[in-house]
Amino acid sequence: MTGVPEELDRRFREAAASEALLDVAYDVTESPIGPLLVAASDQGLCRISFDPEPEHELDALARAFGPRVLRSSAPVDRVRRELDEYFEGKRQDFDLAVDLTPLPDFQRMVLEELVRVPYGHVDTYGGLAQRIGRPRAARAVGGALNRNPIPIVVPCHRIVGSTGSLVGYAGGLEIKEALLGLEGAILPG
Amino acid sequence: MEAVAPIPPFERFYEERRDEIFGYLARLLGRDAAEDAFQETFLRALRGYAKLEHGRHLRAWAFTIATNVAVDTRRKAMPTEEPEEIVVTDARPPYAEIEHLVGELPPTERAAVVLRYGYDLSYDDIGAALDSSAEAARAAASSGVRRLRRRHT
Repeated sequence: MTGVPEELDRRFREAAASEALLDVAYDVTESPIGPLLVAASDQGLCRISFDPEPEHELDALARAFGPRVLRSSAPVDRVRRELDEYFEGKRQDFDLAVDLTPLPDFQRMVLEELVRVPYGHVDTYGGLAQRIGRPRAARAVGGALNRNPIPIVVPCHRIVGSTGSLVGYAGGLEIKEALLGLEGAILPG
Repeated sequence: MEAVAPIPPFERFYEERRDEIFGYLARLLGRDAAEDAFQETFLRALRGYAKLEHGRHLRAWAFTIATNVAVDTRRKAMPTEEPEEIVVTDARPPYAEIEHLVGELPPTERAAVVLRYGYDLSYDDIGAALDSSAEAARAAASSGVRRLRRRHT
């Protein structure tokens, strides 16, 4: 059987995005901590996954944003560029819209507060709970961070245990350590 | 009880269907015209995708769109001639004995024969692709095959 020529495949993916026919466009980008899957809805960046295998993400993306999910590089070019700059140490803040709309209210509130923890700084689970006015919700805050759909850009790596231990990270503790090291963060305790 | 067929993420549908749809269009239109028709087919599929209610018959649905795009392409290319005329120009068939002959058939019979014997679609699916019934699709395919036999034996 005749396969689709690569150039034709690329053109279709580009046209699909430029005609705004997609619920989500995604691509895989290289980084010093390994390949990342990045995805954007028409509202903004909606997923960064440390697991770059699209087949593991497609269903979840379709459920959250709609079934028109397609690999297409142009819509995530800017995300790719800003991530590159971040990993080269040339960028401290991301100028990217993020789409947290499918998340439950509590989790969205936690993540929106988390974005305010600046580059190179850390806070604790309890500290973040306090900042959202729910001082006894440290454990729930941990759960919300653990399911953060947009790690790195929504910087859950900047939240550590009250003794300064790294505690946990969905991408693995080595990655959390690498990101904090890149940012030159000083841990408490 | 029949389980509801969920609508797959478009990427999966596209990856599963793109090669055979491209091959189908290349047979109907020739390789050059098939490139534009390919893009148009899947852009149309994307436009309709959000309105799908279930994931059944997606293969036939893809062939339906491709068939419509091929018809439109021929219509545009030859506005003065018989509008529905689709000519098979690329004859490298998996059903070798008849494929190079199907270009002689009227459009509906041709599509029914190509979809049945070239792509192994069920008559239900072919009926859906041709916007008619399974019985009509079966009748079109067998009348096409009879016509070829009469002419070539």
